[in-house]
Amino acid sequence: MNKSTKKWLTFLGAMLALALVLTSCTGGGGLVQANSLTGAGGTFPLPLYTSWNYAYGNLTGVEVSYSGVGSSAGIAQITAGTVDFGASDAIMTAAQEDNATLHGGPILHIPMTSGAVAIIFNVPGFNSSGSINMTGPVLANIFGRNITGWNDPEIVALNPSLNATSNNITVVHRSDGSGTTYIFTNYLSKVSAWWNGTFGYGTSVAWPGDTIGAAKNAGVAAAVAANNYSIGYVELAYAVQNNLTYMVLQNAYGNWELPTLAGTTAASQNVTLPDDMKIMITNSPNPNAYPICGFTWILAYQNQTNPSKGLALVNYLWWCIHTGQNDTYSAALDYARLSDAAVAKAENEIRSMVYSNGTQIHP
Amino acid sequence: MASGKSEQTSQGRARNWIFGRRRHPGDRIFSRLTLVFALIIVGVLLGLLVVLNRDAMPAIRQFGLSFLTSSVWNPVKEIFGALPSIYGTLVTSAIALLIAVPISLGAAIFLAEVAPSWLRGPVSFFIEMLAAIPSVIIGLWGIFVLVPALVPVETWLSKHVGFLPIFKGTILSGLNVFSASIILTFMIIPIITAVSRDAIKAVPDTQREAMLALGATRWETIRRAVLPYCRSGLVGAIILGLGRALGETMAVTMVIGNADKLSAFLFSPGSSITSKLANNFGEASSDLFTASLIELALILFVITLLVNVIARVLVWRMTSVKTATE
Repeated sequence: MNKSTKKWLTFLGAMLALALVLTSCTGGGGLVQANSLTGAGGTFPLPLYTSWNYAYGNLTGVEVSYSGVGSSAGIAQITAGTVDFGASDAIMTAAQEDNATLHGGPILHIPMTSGAVAIIFNVPGFNSSGSINMTGPVLANIFGRNITGWNDPEIVALNPSLNATSNNITVVHRSDGSGTTYIFTNYLSKVSAWWNGTFGYGTSVAWPGDTIGAAKNAGVAAAVAANNYSIGYVELAYAVQNNLTYMVLQNAYGNWELPTLAGTTAASQNVTLPDDMKIMITNSPNPNAYPICGFTWILAYQNQTNPSKGLALVNYLWWCIHTGQNDTYSAALDYARLSDAAVAKAENEIRSMVYSNGTQIHP
Repeated sequence: MASGKSEQTSQGRARNWIFGRRRHPGDRIFSRLTLVFALIIVGVLLGLLVVLNRDAMPAIRQFGLSFLTSSVWNPVKEIFGALPSIYGTLVTSAIALLIAVPISLGAAIFLAEVAPSWLRGPVSFFIEMLAAIPSVIIGLWGIFVLVPALVPVETWLSKHVGFLPIFKGTILSGLNVFSASIILTFMIIPIITAVSRDAIKAVPDTQREAMLALGATRWETIRRAVLPYCRSGLVGAIILGLGRALGETMAVTMVIGNADKLSAFLFSPGSSITSKLANNFGEASSDLFTASLIELALILFVITLLVNVIARVLVWRMTSVKTATE
C-alpha cells in the first residue's frame, strides 16, 4: 500500500485506541447509572409520579417512564421483569409475592406517598363538608346494607338532625378494581368483624346486590352527584380538586377528623411500622390521624442484576422519598408526604438493595 | 349452453382462462395469495378460540357448570359466577333489538321508498354519523343526559305499570339495565338502518312496478313486494345490530350500574359480560380471577358465534323457501 493509505490507517488505528481508552475510563472503577428506567403500576399515584419523573429527568438526565396500568398489571410486569420497578396501591398477596421471588429474588415494598379515602355524600339540606359525622362500624353497616335509611337509629345517634330524613341510602362503590377500594375495605374490615367475615378486603369485593357500581373516581362522584341521598367513596385528592362534600370520621383515638393531608401523614407517625413496610395504616391510633389512609408502594427487587439500572433505581428512589416529598410535588397535587418514621424505614429498605456480588448499592 | 367448446372459439378460450388448463401464472399466484388471506382470517378465529379455551381452563376446572348458574362474584374468596353478566348481556341486547328494529326498519323504508330525493342524502348522512360516534362518548352522554332524562319515565312506569314483574321494585338510581338497553338502542339503530336501506334499495324496480300494476297502494307494495324480497338482507342487518349490541363495552359499563344481581326488575342495576371484563381486567389480582374473566370472554365468543350461526340458518331457510315458491 502507498504512503497515504498507511497514514490513513494509522490515523484510524489511533482513533480506535483512543475511543477504547475513553470508554473504559469511567473514573477509577466507578459505575455509570443507566439513563432510563421504566415502571408500571396503579393509577392512584400516577399524577405524582409523572410530576416526579419530569423533575427528576430535568435534574439528572435520567428518563423515568411510568405507566398507570393498574396495580395488578404492575405486579405482573415486575414479576415478569419487563419493567425496572412496579407500583401497587395494595400489598402483594402471598401468591403474587412467591411468584415474584421465584423470578427475581426478594421483592421490597417501598412506600412513596400516602393517600386518603373521603366518604362523599349527597343529602339535600346537609350538602357541605363536615356536616355529617360517621364512625367505622356504622359505615360498614351502611355499605353492607344492614342499614338502609338515613334516619336509622345508628346514624341518628351521631347526627340527630338526620332524624327527619326518611329516604333510603343509595350506596355507590367502585365497579373496577382499585387501590381506593382496597384501602376502604381494609378499614371496614378492621372496624367491623361482620364486614371482615362477610366481605373481607381487596381491590374488588362482592358488594351487596342492591348497590351501584361506577367506574373510577369520576364515575362514583358523578353517580353520587346525580342521585340524592347517596353515599360513596373517592380518593381525597379527587374530592378536594372537585369540591365534593365529605364526612367527618371518628378515628381510633376518638377524635373527629376531616380528610386532610396532615391527617393522612399523621396516620403513619408515632405508630409501629414494620421493617418491610407491608402495613395498612388504616384505623391508625395516632390522635391526629384520619382513619382511612394507605400507603402506595414501589415494588423493587432487593437484588439488582443489572448494575447500572440498579444504581439508577436506588438514586431515583432515594430522591423520591426525600426531595419528592416536598410540598412542591406532594402537597401541590394533594398527596400526603411520608411521615419521618416512614421515610426512615424506606431508607433502610433502599439501603438493603444490593448488586449481584452482594455490595450495597446506595453509597 | 354446450360444454366442451373447442379452444379456437372465444368462448372456449374464456373457459380455459377461468377454469384452468392454460391459466396465466400471475393469476395462479393471485388466487393462492387471496386464499392465504382468507385462511389467515379463519386461522385467527380458530386461534382465538384455542387461546381463550386454554387460558380459561383453570376457571373451567375449578367451577365447572356452576360458573354458568351462580350469581356470586367474590374476588376476595375467589368464587366467581357468570349468571348475572350473561343475563344482563342477553336482556340488554334483546330489549335494544326490540325497540331498535321497528325504528330502524321504519327509517330504512322511509329513506329507500318514501323520502323525497333531496331529503335522502342529509338524513342518511346523519344516521351514518351516529354510527361513527365512539362508544365512550355515547356513554358519557348517557350518564349526563340520557340517564337523568329516563328517571322520570322509569318512575312513572314503576308506579302505573308496577304489577308487571319487569316494572316492580324500588328504583335505586338511573344507572340500571333499562338505561343500558336504551343506550344500546341508539347505538344499533344506525347499523340496522344503513344495511336495511341498502337491502331495500337493491330490490329491483320490476317488483314494485308489478305490484303497482296490480293496483296496490304504496304501503301494500312495500309490505307485500319489497320487504319479502329483501328478507334475508333485513335479517342480516338485524343480526349485525345484535352483534354490536352483544359486544358493546364502554357505553354499557358506564350506565348499567354494575351490580351482581339477577333480577327481573328492569330498573335495577345489573351487569353485562363486557362491563365485567372492562371493569376487572386491569386489576385481576389472581390467576383464578383472570381465568374466570377469560372464561367470561369465551362465553361471549360462543354466544356471538351461536347468534351468527342461527342467523345464517334463518337466512338460508328464508331464501330456500322463497325459491321453492317461485
